[in-house]
Amino acid sequence: MNPMNPTTDEQQLSIVMAGHVDHGKSTVIGRLLVEAGALPQGRLEQVRETCRRNSKPFEYAFLLDALKDEQSQGITIDAARCFFRTAKRRYILIDAPGHIEFLKNMITGASRAEAALLVIDAKEGIRENTKRHGYMLSMLGLRQVSVLVNKMDLVGYDETGFRRIRAEYEAFLGHLGIRPVSFIPVSGMQGANIAARSPETPWYDGPTVLEQIDAFQRREFPESLPFRLPVQDVYKFTARGDDRRIVTGTIETGTIRAGDAVVFQPSGKTSTVKSIEVFNRPPRDTAAAGEAPGFTLTTQIYIRPGEWMVKAGEPPLKTATRFRANLFWMGRDPMVRGKTYKLKLGATRSPVKLVEVLAVLDATELSTVAGKQQVDRHDVAECVLETPKPVAFDLVTDLETTGRLVIVDHHEIAAAGIVLAAVESAESTLQEHVRAREIAWKPSAIAAAERARAYGHGAKFVVFSGPADGAADAHARALEQALFDRGFKAYYVGMESLERGLDADLGEDARDDRIRRLGELARILTGSGQIFITSLSGADADDLRILGQLNHPNEILTVSVGGDEPSAPATSLRLDPAGDIGAGIARVGELLKARHVILDYVI
Amino acid sequence: MDTLERLEAHSVHILREAYREFKSLVMLWSIGKDSTVLLWLTRKAFFGHVPFPLMHIDTGFKIPEMIAYRDRIAREWGLDLIVGQNTAALEAKQTFPDGALTRVECCKALKSEALKHTLSGEWPRRRLNPATGEFEWEATREAFSGVIVGARADEEGSRSKERYFSARDRQSEWDVGDQPPELWKQYKTDFAPGTHVRIHPLLDWTELNIWEYIERESIPIIPLYFDRGGGTRYRSLGCLPCTGCVKSPACNVADIVEELRTGRFANVAERSGRAQDQEDGGGLETLRRGGYM
Repeated sequence: MNPMNPTTDEQQLSIVMAGHVDHGKSTVIGRLLVEAGALPQGRLEQVRETCRRNSKPFEYAFLLDALKDEQSQGITIDAARCFFRTAKRRYILIDAPGHIEFLKNMITGASRAEAALLVIDAKEGIRENTKRHGYMLSMLGLRQVSVLVNKMDLVGYDETGFRRIRAEYEAFLGHLGIRPVSFIPVSGMQGANIAARSPETPWYDGPTVLEQIDAFQRREFPESLPFRLPVQDVYKFTARGDDRRIVTGTIETGTIRAGDAVVFQPSGKTSTVKSIEVFNRPPRDTAAAGEAPGFTLTTQIYIRPGEWMVKAGEPPLKTATRFRANLFWMGRDPMVRGKTYKLKLGATRSPVKLVEVLAVLDATELSTVAGKQQVDRHDVAECVLETPKPVAFDLVTDLETTGRLVIVDHHEIAAAGIVLAAVESAESTLQEHVRAREIAWKPSAIAAAERARAYGHGAKFVVFSGPADGAADAHARALEQALFDRGFKAYYVGMESLERGLDADLGEDARDDRIRRLGELARILTGSGQIFITSLSGADADDLRILGQLNHPNEILTVSVGGDEPSAPATSLRLDPAGDIGAGIARVGELLKARHVILDYVI
Repeated sequence: MDTLERLEAHSVHILREAYREFKSLVMLWSIGKDSTVLLWLTRKAFFGHVPFPLMHIDTGFKIPEMIAYRDRIAREWGLDLIVGQNTAALEAKQTFPDGALTRVECCKALKSEALKHTLSGEWPRRRLNPATGEFEWEATREAFSGVIVGARADEEGSRSKERYFSARDRQSEWDVGDQPPELWKQYKTDFAPGTHVRIHPLLDWTELNIWEYIERESIPIIPLYFDRGGGTRYRSLGCLPCTGCVKSPACNVADIVEELRTGRFANVAERSGRAQDQEDGGGLETLRRGGYM
């Protein structure tokens, strides 16, 4: 049999090897390979002979080192993984380095695994990384953990010692919600309870390591849970006459059929699945968790990547701008308040800020460190995070995989985390910012009312929104012209005009920052008594709300020209993009009059 | 879902993630089985379309059938194909076949260097004009920041240390020891200006998975992999002077699948026919640190 070449009918399972440094992971792996018959012929004898000649005691770890250089011998072993098989199936054993410096590799490895073998030295007992790795496995959602109490030969196969370690570690893992599937007393060196039951442990009646790994279950895709599709992208490829608009993503949980009514979160838009598309196959009727098909919808709605598609009638995700999460911080710099990070949750990408550190957990002791204001490297922290716009998520206690997030700092994933709860917030950080700004603002000696009297009209921020078809823009410019012709102080600036100026330091994907600057600019221009007009394509209700808040204490008027936001309370007026611009502008004028911005208005 | 369906869905997810996150994206196409499967998966991910250019580094010593096959598929599927070459080294005869360099040095010059400078747009490159079906010199040469590569972890030791999204610095160097974590389908998609990211959608596939998938999907594959009468075939494709055949009577995809399933090559590395790997012990890891794919 060849470990490199399984048949696809055959199952494959990934197992991560975790545990404190020097607790004997390599020895256990080496022994496991020997017992599973995964080694090239004669290789074991050869390494034993080399050790004898160099007067070194043979260790299985040497065997692993020797094999690392031997790709051509048909076995793949390296710092990261090795392959072997039992009579039942094929295995990928992922070696997670026990040293704290390698936690990023440990997490990467463990997140790819479906089960874990955690090695503890019977003599040394539970050490720092024994606990830390236990914590990581819990956070990563690995539920199948078998604990190998190794080096039993060095403690005379003492049952009492084994039971003590078992009780202590069971209690620790219990706090994390992990119940190990087994504790196995082993000796990697002597081969005790690896493949064959050891006569030295007559008091042990559980499985051997090989029996245990064969008993691990393969992760199945959760079809019985509510349907969750993180919208990874929306395609409209026009090449060769393709006119499909396809919503894509990998289904996290649940199943869906053509004809099902769907809701997008957080936007709240609704539609119905028209077809389920795959390449080089006819459209399908159903799709389920784990699959990555495409969906066409019966209606033309504007969906952004990063939303979630869920089924109408099933429990929706929670949406909030503030939430409580547990984070494991791996970043080079500590996580601090006031700094903007990037959140990735499902397909969602959003700026995020640390609002409050509720508790920092010492992962090794599971004790709480009080009064910390920041999250340091390798800390596990419960904290409150805030996004400028609502994001949708499941609580990790409701649906595990869709409550997982990572945080990016310095272009790298700096934290892994799970969402614990949505938080009602009295005041957003944006509102706090505006309040602080207004306190610092030195008021002009000329009152706003005096200015309005002198100019013959009040100040206003008028925002036209809609799809990127130019209609909103055309209306905005027409309003500027009409107001100017009446002698009003009206001024139009579009977002693109700021690109090389005010926004020159911002990157392409800094849309939220650009909106923020536009809002600040509006505050200044409306403060001068002018009617400041702008147009925004693809703005959603949250963008408009944010602009309104930033323009405070002055007033905003928002006009949607063909926008499809289903519930935009911030929108004051909706215009038909195909309608006559003059008539549309007249309606805006009516509204300005009704709001006492202008006293009289006739076009 | 069976193993191939799982692998396919995951690769498709990675390809879509790359397309979403990288403005200037390119896929390396070596004409071999892995990158041709990658190309097929791209058509899966994008519903028949290939929404980014492909790049082939032509060392000038490739097995001639590879170039013919490349151009035929590119024209048939309407691919946006870019071809780069170290013309200076070829003209100066600074290569292994000319006796001027060792095999590893030659790889570095004709592949690593050519790739680096073709990706960055520094060196001239030819691009297939889909309208005429002819190659034309590119007037303006975009620098690519996301490079999709068909590397598999089981193929060779150093590749098993790869991430799905792997950052390279300005010198195309790879810091194996200090790579960012990767978990829960979240990858490194943010990068500092001047760096680029390699994307590996096939990392979890084995050689057998590749052939089984070619069989299941009926993917057109270059016939060099088949025995055409001499009792030998190529198992891995490269340059003519440095690529050897394996003894094998497999003359179609089904034969190869069967051959791999029965473990005929259990003790022979897939790249054993690639002479440069043997030249200095860890040849490929040395090359990879310096930018080899």
